[in-house]
Amino acid sequence: MPRNNFILFSLLIIFSLVQPEAISAAAPESGKVAKSLEMTADAPENNFTADHSKFPALNQTFETGQDITNACLSCHNEADDQIHKTIHWTWLSPYDAEGKTGKAGYSINNFCISANKMEDTDCTTCHIGWNKKKEGINCLLCHSQKDIKWRDEFKDYAYFRESGDMDIANEIQGRIKEGAQHIGLPTRRNCGSCHFYGGGGEGVKHGDLDASLLDADKNLDIHMGNDSQNFQCIRCHTTIAHKIAGRVYSTPASMQRKSLVENDMVPKIMCESCHTATPHAKGSKMNDHTGKVACQTCHIPEFARKNSTEMWWDWSKAGKLKNGSPYIENDATGRPIYKSIKGSFKWEKNVVPEYYWYNGSIKTVMAGDKINPKETVRISWPVGSREDPNARIFPFKIHRGKQPYDIVNNIFLAPLLSPEENGYWKTFDWQDSSKRGMEIMGLPFSGKIGFVDTEYVFPTTHMVAPAKNALSCSECHVRSGGRMKNLAGFYMPGRDSFKLLDMLGWACVLAACAGVLLHGLGRLFTNGGKKEN
Amino acid sequence: MSQKMKRIYLYTRYERSWHWLQMVFIAILLFTGFEIHGMYSILGFEEAVEIHNTVGIAWLIAFAFFIFWLLTTGEWKQYIPTTKKLFLVIHYYSFGIFTGKSHPVPKRKEAKHNPLQRLTYLGLAAALLPLQMASGVLYWTYDHWSAWGLGFLTLGMVALVHMAIAFAVLIFIIIHVYMTTTGHSILAHIKAMITGWEEVEKNATIEDWEKAK
Repeated sequence: MPRNNFILFSLLIIFSLVQPEAISAAAPESGKVAKSLEMTADAPENNFTADHSKFPALNQTFETGQDITNACLSCHNEADDQIHKTIHWTWLSPYDAEGKTGKAGYSINNFCISANKMEDTDCTTCHIGWNKKKEGINCLLCHSQKDIKWRDEFKDYAYFRESGDMDIANEIQGRIKEGAQHIGLPTRRNCGSCHFYGGGGEGVKHGDLDASLLDADKNLDIHMGNDSQNFQCIRCHTTIAHKIAGRVYSTPASMQRKSLVENDMVPKIMCESCHTATPHAKGSKMNDHTGKVACQTCHIPEFARKNSTEMWWDWSKAGKLKNGSPYIENDATGRPIYKSIKGSFKWEKNVVPEYYWYNGSIKTVMAGDKINPKETVRISWPVGSREDPNARIFPFKIHRGKQPYDIVNNIFLAPLLSPEENGYWKTFDWQDSSKRGMEIMGLPFSGKIGFVDTEYVFPTTHMVAPAKNALSCSECHVRSGGRMKNLAGFYMPGRDSFKLLDMLGWACVLAACAGVLLHGLGRLFTNGGKKEN
Repeated sequence: MSQKMKRIYLYTRYERSWHWLQMVFIAILLFTGFEIHGMYSILGFEEAVEIHNTVGIAWLIAFAFFIFWLLTTGEWKQYIPTTKKLFLVIHYYSFGIFTGKSHPVPKRKEAKHNPLQRLTYLGLAAALLPLQMASGVLYWTYDHWSAWGLGFLTLGMVALVHMAIAFAVLIFIIIHVYMTTTGHSILAHIKAMITGWEEVEKNATIEDWEKAK
């Protein structure tokens, strides 16, 4: 029967066409980035053609930090010019012509609020200069491979040398020299010495950047894990002439979604730079998500996965004293839940991010901007919407808190905090610290202080989990309680439905069932109209 | 077999294979589709999507062969819609079936479908199912819409159409399965779709216009 053979043949073709689809769907993810070479990962100082300990300039006694900087600049004669233009030095956004955006300007947050134009000395301990911006650059913060507290060492050195205790002074000088001679590209420890401790303590600011990354395993961070790629920060934060890619104020970390495959000169700052826009197996539905959902959304299921991160800071509770003295109260894990100088805190671990449309730009309220204290004030928030072609759904840490504002002028207060300046942390006097803080900022102060609820956002982009721990589809594609529950304006399969259609559909299905049931019963009772046998 | 009945070979092997293959496809698509729609969670969303997409594409390809078969064999003529005897058929299922009347449009090899079937199957094969496949393919290729000049579409619109037809197909199946029990015995029609052989009344006359060939 030729026709039947044709049919069999056709079916065979159908199934042979269908099979590859089924196989590719079940195949493990391809497109993984090739394992990096060991030599780029470990001990950066071993990768250079120069051994810094052999340079005469670094074999001298360093009386001050500036002496070391001068030694560095005697060879690296462009470095200081480069550094002075960077945000690491200026603490001002290079993209803001007015010079207002940045810690040294009018940017504020709901942590230590404001650096009062660099006058609040405790805030500037993280600045890369030897004495805020007033002296030279401390090259060693970023480049020394020895973990040394430079300011303390020089203070101690000067003390013991002046007091004539030369044994101890020489010992300290030895450590200083050792630190100055072991030079390399910045490691996670160099960058982390500031960035893991932002906001006044470990894990305070970023939920995805804390000291746990110094010794990470791949479950904590697939890129930085010691047992996986062991990336240093600069592996992705591409640096050209000391300009480091990645800082986000209003200007996105990267303006283009290009992979190194398309252009090998782009900064490697985006996931897509290495992984491309279609990182999943060919034909995988996951590849269709990358236009609207950022990689981070699925691949960072939770942040603060090893150490907890601060989620709440209530300044209005500050100032309580025990027996006339300030005190600190810690929780069972050793995290502070109350500090007289700062107020009360809440910490969380394994935090599920909040999700927003985000085009890479963060909008902010600055010191001096009018606020509406009747509702929670968003000090910073991600820019983007469903309609924005550059926006994708992105995970955020939202740090919430209460902080002081001027209830007459409706502007945030920027109190002076540091003890050195007789700020709030020494005087516990909101009036005086606010008055002097606002004077520095050149902003009005009515003398009437209130506290307002605020929110501050951090894009979550580190602590990328191994693929096996990425979100499953049903974390979002679920009727209720999914991760995207607060994002509206689009239809998402599994979450959304047309209520009327569903009701009508099921009503018709029920009616059809009832109809055939009745018809069948009718036939049964009439016996199909046939006479009884 | 009663004296008045005779056995005829009604459905070829391809027709029967296609029918049951399509049944399996549609059953899987409905089951996984309603899971994707959030009605229940049995396979899990990811698994349901994978199966739904794979089976959907398989159905699309198999359907193309079905169209080819219809055109090359001339069987498409079995689906030409008509209103002739349509109301007789409706009247039969509404009343005659309860009073022992004979079906007004008996089956023959060259006239497989009564006017009500012609309308229903034509509506399905020529309108609803292709529309379901088209909306399914669009759903699947969501990311390419703007490149294809279909940027005006929204996923909600496509989902609405896809869901509405899914309900229509489910309702069709309920009635269709019930109707298989209306032969001279409860399982006669189902048996015919398995073996190809249907028992029909011996002396029925088929009018020329009813014949596909």
